[in-house]
Amino acid sequence: MVDDWEGDLNAWPLDEGLMDYVDAASYGTESDENGLYTANVIANKSISIDGKTVDATNLTPEFLKTTLREAGGIESNVATGYHAIEFLLWGQDLHGTGPGAGERPATDYSLTACTHGNCDRRAQYLKSATDLLVTDLKEMVGDWQDGGAALKSLQGTGIPAILTGMGSLSYGELAGERMKLGLLLRDPEEEHDCFSDTTYNDYRNDAIGIRNVFLGSYTRIDGSVVSGPSVSELVASKDAALDTEIRGLLDATIGKFDIMKTRGDTVEKYDQMIGEGNTEGNAVVQAAIDALIAQTHSVERAVSLLKLEVTVEGSDSLDNPDAVFK
Amino acid sequence: MHRYFTVLLVITLVAGIGFADDAPVRSDLTPKDLARVRTVTAPTTDFSKPEPFELLPAGAATSKKIVNRDAFSFPSANLSFDQQEQFSLGNGFFRKVWVSSPASTKGSDGLGPLFNTRGCQNCHLKDGRGHPPTGGEDDGVSMFLRLSVPPHTDAEKQLIASGGENVIPEPVYGGQLQNFGVPGLAAEGRMFITYTDLPVTLGDGTVVTLRQPSYSVSDLSHGPMAKEVMLSPRVAPQMIGLGLVEQIPQEDILAKADPDDKDHDGISGKPNYVRDLQSGQVMLGRFGWKAGAPTIRTQSAEAFAGDLGLSTPLNPKSYGDCTAAETDCLAKPNGENIPGEAEAPDPILDLVTFYSQNLAVPARRDIGDPGVLRGKQAFYEAGCVACHTPKFVTSRKAEDETKRFQLIWPYSDFLLHDMGDGLADYRDEGRADGYEWRTAPLWGVGLTETVSDHTFFLHDGRARNLTEAILWHGGEAQKARDNFANLPKSSRDDLFAFLGSL
Repeated sequence: MVDDWEGDLNAWPLDEGLMDYVDAASYGTESDENGLYTANVIANKSISIDGKTVDATNLTPEFLKTTLREAGGIESNVATGYHAIEFLLWGQDLHGTGPGAGERPATDYSLTACTHGNCDRRAQYLKSATDLLVTDLKEMVGDWQDGGAALKSLQGTGIPAILTGMGSLSYGELAGERMKLGLLLRDPEEEHDCFSDTTYNDYRNDAIGIRNVFLGSYTRIDGSVVSGPSVSELVASKDAALDTEIRGLLDATIGKFDIMKTRGDTVEKYDQMIGEGNTEGNAVVQAAIDALIAQTHSVERAVSLLKLEVTVEGSDSLDNPDAVFK
Repeated sequence: MHRYFTVLLVITLVAGIGFADDAPVRSDLTPKDLARVRTVTAPTTDFSKPEPFELLPAGAATSKKIVNRDAFSFPSANLSFDQQEQFSLGNGFFRKVWVSSPASTKGSDGLGPLFNTRGCQNCHLKDGRGHPPTGGEDDGVSMFLRLSVPPHTDAEKQLIASGGENVIPEPVYGGQLQNFGVPGLAAEGRMFITYTDLPVTLGDGTVVTLRQPSYSVSDLSHGPMAKEVMLSPRVAPQMIGLGLVEQIPQEDILAKADPDDKDHDGISGKPNYVRDLQSGQVMLGRFGWKAGAPTIRTQSAEAFAGDLGLSTPLNPKSYGDCTAAETDCLAKPNGENIPGEAEAPDPILDLVTFYSQNLAVPARRDIGDPGVLRGKQAFYEAGCVACHTPKFVTSRKAEDETKRFQLIWPYSDFLLHDMGDGLADYRDEGRADGYEWRTAPLWGVGLTETVSDHTFFLHDGRARNLTEAILWHGGEAQKARDNFANLPKSSRDDLFAFLGSL
């Protein structure tokens, strides 16, 4: 069920000129592909989407979600979610590959000494975007309560879903699409949090999240811990050595991200680390990628240990919708 | 053994399929599996309930994710973790926006000098089908014009006949009209479309107004095109299930070929044979509106060069579709970081190919709905399945085990058919003549609006909905089209319920 609106939350990359003012010199003024590249809906109460004039007087959550998001079928028309909010808070990073993040002045939201104009509409946009985020996250929390939709749908398939999720996030998504792609391209634009330059924190928290799921434990912001039965214990009950190995690899991964975080805090940001010719920065990122891949291989072993692979041998029963011709 | 033959004979008679005596049989299966495959792929005659496995049109690769706007963008469900990484990286390059040379981002330049778009995703919007320009700021991305001239010399004729090339490019503008150029370089020109209303009356008196397109070019950068130039408009096709199509045994596709209509059913089915860039061999064409590409890798390398102007190791055209006559284009810098190295070096083509091979086909919806089942029956009885072949089983010997021995439901025979004057582009491509088009696969067709927010169909998006798309069918499909046109409205609605469930 989260699949249905996940994109509303974390879509990226985005053509931020859709939302607000941008620096023409670095961003450009038009795109051949995206007619809304500089639509600047905060400044314009009427915009044109695929040749149709659309009323944008009220920047309501509904408007952002159904009209503006992916307008014209263009995925980079990201109107909602973390990165839209990040842009509204930080503004564009005009420092290129040099040090420094976005420097949006707080007065962009001042109703008395407004900078860059339309502060009321900018505030309305930010409010709507954060309302949407909170609504979606509340729905997600509800899905996982007793009787919630997610819990219900996973009856009997929760453990494979957990392990599949750990593997997919570690390998394909984080190690692959988020990190290795940037190294392949050597492109500073391949930075997830390009406005706030906090990418390395995100990635480290992703790695911690993967470990949390395995350990069934989460440390709250206030330092208190919530925990319960874990996949780790289940694996340990069948193969204590494998559990130890997986925990060791999850820790080792976070160790590599700790190094990345230290570097991010003290030496250079993530977009610089993946820059061409930055041997040392590249190596820090590569080490984290390698650790993520290593931990996935041990997760795969847990999958086979728990005999979780769903196989339907030659069944052609219509009662079994998973049946596959074999 | 005798028993198998009896069973096969019965199936053959019931299904009305004639296996040509001399046609080679696929070699990847044991006799027992071959019999199973023939049984399971025989067209059904029972429309009282769904068929076994019908829910999963791409077998184990079928996506069971929730159906929404992203429905065509999920990876095949049976990929391993490391294949998921390949898919994700491929997706990164698929949505990558390339820039012109020189640029500070050396890994991202090389676009053009002439191009149709800056990134794959920009035409393959949401991995779904493209559309004709709809006016306003929508300026034609996701559709372009292919260009060529008839072969004149014996050498040119031989080149086409041997499958060495599909077409002879227009001497100045090349194989397609690029409507963008890098800064300082004029675009080749613009595609210009006008539509004329074409009313059609159905059997029950309902009038449907088709729009007949007419194509021309304007703002040409290097003067008029050759007098005998042939234009063929093409929208970007949807991307799902392609890797499975690649693994349908050639013998099974050719078994349906009947280029000279020896069985006198009015339906030919002609294979295209085209050159594979990887092996240099001439192979069965499977992809593209006229089956002009044999593999996804070749198709991708051609798109990199023609659509984006990027060289790949397989297709070292750093100047893309620029011709010798376009000296202004050839004078622009290219994006080779080291002379001779491709602008999109390894492993980019590998990754984009892998991505394109592994976009999942979504699971069917409502397959047991009575209206859907009635519509399915109408689809069969109208004769649609004569070309829109429901089922194939992929090769046991597919290199990637996730593609092996999958029962798939593409609803295409992947062969060329004469579709009549109405759809003709009068432009040959390989062995396809100006009237012939490859049967379009129908899987996913019911999700077009969900994914793409439009329902433009056919090679140039002229049809604004499925009714119009069917009514444009002519030539070999005229009979099936007439059968459809003469159905009562309730049956037509059932048919659309069935198509909507694909």
